[in-house]
Amino acid sequence: MEIVKGGMVCGPEGCVLKTEPDTSVDLLGIELDNPVIPASGTFGFGKEFKDLYDINILGTFSFKGTTLEPRFGNPTPRIAETPNGMINAVGLQNPGVIAVRDRELPEMKEFFHKPVMANVSGFAVDEYQKTVELLCGQDQIGWFEVNISCPNVHGGGMAFGTDPAMAQKVTEAVKKVADKPVIMKLSPNVTDITEIAKACEAGGADGLSLINTLLGMRIDLKTKKPVIANTMGGFSGSAILPVALRMVYQVYNTVNLPIIGMGGVSSAKDVIEMMLAGATAVGVGAANLTDPFASKKIIGFMATGRQNMCVFQALLDRSDSSERFTESSAVRATGSVSLRWAS
Amino acid sequence: MKEEIFKINSNVLIAENTYEMELLGDTSEIVRPGQFVNIKLDGFFLRRPISVCDTEEGRMTLIYKAVGEGTELMTKLAPGTRLNILTGLGNGFDLSLSGDHPVLIGGGAGIPPMYSLCKALISVLSPENIKVVLGFNTEEEIFYLREFQDLGVDVRVATADGSYGTKGFVTDVLKDLDYTFFYTCGPMPMFRAIEAIAKTSGQYSFEERMGCGFGACMGCSMMMADGSYKRVCKEGPVFRREEILWK
Ligand SMILES: Cc1cc2nc3c(=O)[nH]c(=O)nc-3n(C[C@H](O)[C@H](O)[C@H](O)COP(=O)(O)OP(=O)(O)OC[C@H]3O[C@@H](n4cnc5c(N)ncnc54)[C@H](O)[C@@H]3O)c2cc1C
Ligand SMILES: Cc1cc2nc3c(=O)[nH]c(=O)nc-3n(C[C@H](O)[C@H](O)[C@H](O)COP(=O)(O)O)c2cc1C
Ligand code: FES
Repeated sequence: MEIVKGGMVCGPEGCVLKTEPDTSVDLLGIELDNPVIPASGTFGFGKEFKDLYDINILGTFSFKGTTLEPRFGNPTPRIAETPNGMINAVGLQNPGVIAVRDRELPEMKEFFHKPVMANVSGFAVDEYQKTVELLCGQDQIGWFEVNISCPNVHGGGMAFGTDPAMAQKVTEAVKKVADKPVIMKLSPNVTDITEIAKACEAGGADGLSLINTLLGMRIDLKTKKPVIANTMGGFSGSAILPVALRMVYQVYNTVNLPIIGMGGVSSAKDVIEMMLAGATAVGVGAANLTDPFASKKIIGFMATGRQNMCVFQALLDRSDSSERFTESSAVRATGSVSLRWAS
Repeated sequence: MKEEIFKINSNVLIAENTYEMELLGDTSEIVRPGQFVNIKLDGFFLRRPISVCDTEEGRMTLIYKAVGEGTELMTKLAPGTRLNILTGLGNGFDLSLSGDHPVLIGGGAGIPPMYSLCKALISVLSPENIKVVLGFNTEEEIFYLREFQDLGVDVRVATADGSYGTKGFVTDVLKDLDYTFFYTCGPMPMFRAIEAIAKTSGQYSFEERMGCGFGACMGCSMMMADGSYKRVCKEGPVFRREEILWK
């Protein structure tokens, strides 16, 4: 006997997908065709990928961290390998907000026809504000993603994202000028990520994205010196998935904001796992670097999904699981999360 | 750039710690000597960048030194093994700059791209007008000497310990040569020595630790003489002498 469940036809041999799943999600008022968002710094301004595949299949992408002034970034080596991951110390190399607005965005318009996520960084509160201000009025931008993992030059170099008061200040400053929803991107290099999440919520954030990279290092046994010229760098890739999941789950249970979950996601299963932890949409970072087609493959898999019971079951059970997860916790953001199946 | 599955046809030791791997697969994206490929290895997160040493339709040869865990693993891969490889990466050398009697200078693991460059140049210049200088530490490390000689070019060898050819470095040979342009790939100290004595313009092929190899991560940026930056994996790995900022 056949049981039809969410577009799947299940018989004794297993389940087969009969209809195209609707993987769309609503991210702060904009519908994404699917929850997959290449993460900032791993997708440039889209140029390197648009020659490989039609990047309009993406939910959206977050462009390279943009600062008020152009930045060359750190000396090389900037990259180290780790078991199942990598460390980068690129140092926010970018052409500066004016060049991004006047050169990158018009170029991007030619090949990316969806709202893009503008990732901005700064080293002082007013820098964040000015950078966002300079990007206001751009139709192509759908959201601001504010990276607060940067050191505060007026605060002894302590990262904004590791101090609730500073995180709130940046949120408030950006919210004051932003003409698009503001998504604060949290640093995982803290004792209690929920404290920072709450501070951003109090500052008026519309959403959160997490996690940025974990601070890490490697030492070269031959030279007995750090592999990376900058000594330390941001650790990311598959290895950090459990940490990211845990933090998304904690934040989901603490604040009432939609979350873009990221950190170590490299497959459709990881995307589902992130969503089960509470993410509305999911960022894919380092996976794009080791497999330039990673985001495309994930989306393809979610759309056709053949035979992977595990993934489909997770999709179908999602609402049940989140209820189970949230028994003792805050009410989830309404209307911001839906992963539906076409009938 | 293309992502391709290649099949190992052979993988053999050709000199001390130096291996030649022949791979079968689609090489259509490899269009210039000096380009490289980026190899996915089981158990390693990042790919390994290796220059294309030689290529013809459906076949490419790589030469690599076992210097770490990834390249050690490569030495153990048997013929028939399939590898996921990104091909056609980087800019490659510009043949049009050679003048009528260029010199090609390769040091150690920097020699492989010089071979495909040499083959490309003999299709436009007569072989006797091309000089090749190869540098090794010692005689046991020498590879591809015969292959270069078979192209009919003028090949000189320098070994640091004097066990073969001129005792010393490639520059000990280069200093007495007459040439219209130089092309080189090898370790940084060799580049500095060449830079100090080179008499003409030239092209250097650089190495850098790479996060992606196709321009997405900014992991490999190099500051240039004019203050701009270029990515070793995308605008490079080959740069013109005049645009390089020597630090
Ligand atoms: C454009 C380019 C072309 C190259 N062509 C050749 C070639 O034809 N033959 C050859 O023998 N070698 C070549 N190399 C160097 C080769 O990539 C490294 O020897 C190799 O990556 C070392 O890997 P491993 O795992 O054995 O070493 P490990 O030290 O264990 O590697 C750890 C990490 O560092 C990176 N790494 C280590 N050394 C280098 C290096 N010198 N350059 C870039 N990344 C490095 C590795 O890729 C890996 O991500 C080339 C490098 C570049 C950038
Ligand atoms: C090379 C590289 C550059 C990055 N640059 C930025 C950046 O400019 N701004 C930012 O907010 N995050 C940046 N990140 C962090 C990623 O967007 C992402 O949060 C993190 O890598 C975790 O995801 P992953 O494990 O999938 O890579 C960068 C990550 C990498 C690997
Ligand atoms: S290695 Fe990623 S940009 Fe060059």
